[in-house]
Amino acid sequence: MVPMNREFRTSSFAMTLFVSTARIMEREKLKNIVECLLFFSDKPLGIDKLAEITEIENSLEIIEAIEELKREYELRNSALQVVNIAQGYQICTRNEFSSWVKKLHSSQTTFQLSLPALETLSIIAYKQPITRGEIEKIRGVDSSWVLRKLLEKKIVKISGRKKVPGRPIMYATTNEFLRYFGLRDLSEIPSLDEIKPPVGG
Amino acid sequence: MDYRIRLEGFEGPLDLLLHLVKKNELDIFNIPIAQITADYLSYIKLFRKLNLDFAGEFLVIASTLIYLKSRMLLPSAEPVEEEEPEDYQAELAARLIEYQKFKEIANALKEKEAMQRDIYGRLPIIPEEEDYTIEATLFDLLDAFQRVAFRLEEEVREIIQEDLRVEDRVKEILELLKNKRFINFDTIFSGRSSKSLLIVTFLALLELIRLRVVFARQARPFGDIRIYKAKS
Repeated sequence: MVPMNREFRTSSFAMTLFVSTARIMEREKLKNIVECLLFFSDKPLGIDKLAEITEIENSLEIIEAIEELKREYELRNSALQVVNIAQGYQICTRNEFSSWVKKLHSSQTTFQLSLPALETLSIIAYKQPITRGEIEKIRGVDSSWVLRKLLEKKIVKISGRKKVPGRPIMYATTNEFLRYFGLRDLSEIPSLDEIKPPVGG
Repeated sequence: MDYRIRLEGFEGPLDLLLHLVKKNELDIFNIPIAQITADYLSYIKLFRKLNLDFAGEFLVIASTLIYLKSRMLLPSAEPVEEEEPEDYQAELAARLIEYQKFKEIANALKEKEAMQRDIYGRLPIIPEEEDYTIEATLFDLLDAFQRVAFRLEEEVREIIQEDLRVEDRVKEILELLKNKRFINFDTIFSGRSSKSLLIVTFLALLELIRLRVVFARQARPFGDIRIYKAKS
């Protein structure tokens, strides 16, 4: 028979308050730790990696912490944002400030992929893994030079050999490909349906 | 002088066909073969005139078009064994459509590339493994040692009598490298509290380098030094 006197109710209420306060502090702490990790990392961090470092088993808690962080940055109109990219998360500057950051970041920024490179990439992204011969059949031109450039930039990788005579090399996209185009994962590649129908079709 | 300009990997025969389809507002599913063959061949003629070095694939498509045109003009009475011209035509249309789609996707990717270029994250903190390629000279090592020694001067709190044999220091350094490919120069000297110990440790390192058991490398001149294990 549980005593329902005043002291008991007060103390059990206090207990609940204590536990939820502790939990809120835990959440705050986790959010701060995640923020530190995202700030420090020089590439997107995946949920698994974050879980490993924070020793939190429930990945939902980590996702909540990230969402909380995202909201905070938005609410206080921060120049930083938390982006979901290349199967992970990263703290980046907002688009509006690119010209300012560029002033500090001297080298590199003017690099752009050529249209043939982009076309080849589109084919690989959709049909991976795919051989050079298959790519050239679609494009109608020699693609070896473009492939070499893409391999150099680590946007494309060799993913094995096709089990046919000649055992030609097959190519696939990399995580760097996702990061380079700001994609969360392969499902975010522009879909064939979104593309407008061909001329005269 | 035969000055040839290469169209290497730039525009191909399919690009030319798509260009003609767009220019003449043709229906891809119903390309008038005679017209497009004539237009296409006139471009080939132009390439030759301008001395543009074009790919063999242009001629492959050219011959396909010419074959299609010939079949249109001269329908054969007997059934032909090989592929029907309608199949070739359908295949060509399919190839053009698929190629067109990938060109559109390429454009969409170009937009994403541009958007992503405007947001910045932290750049790589530590140079890639490959960048530590400069062999550190004796003077680089002496510089680095002086920095460590200077730092430690301030941290000495108590004097501990420690073993001063080079062999033992050598063993210790190798122990530090045990399951790693490299360690930072400073790591070797951390925890040393007396000047003599520092010197003995440094001599041990020099000995290991002399014996080519380890290598000292930098990413750039006067940069920080890493001690790599030599491959056995």
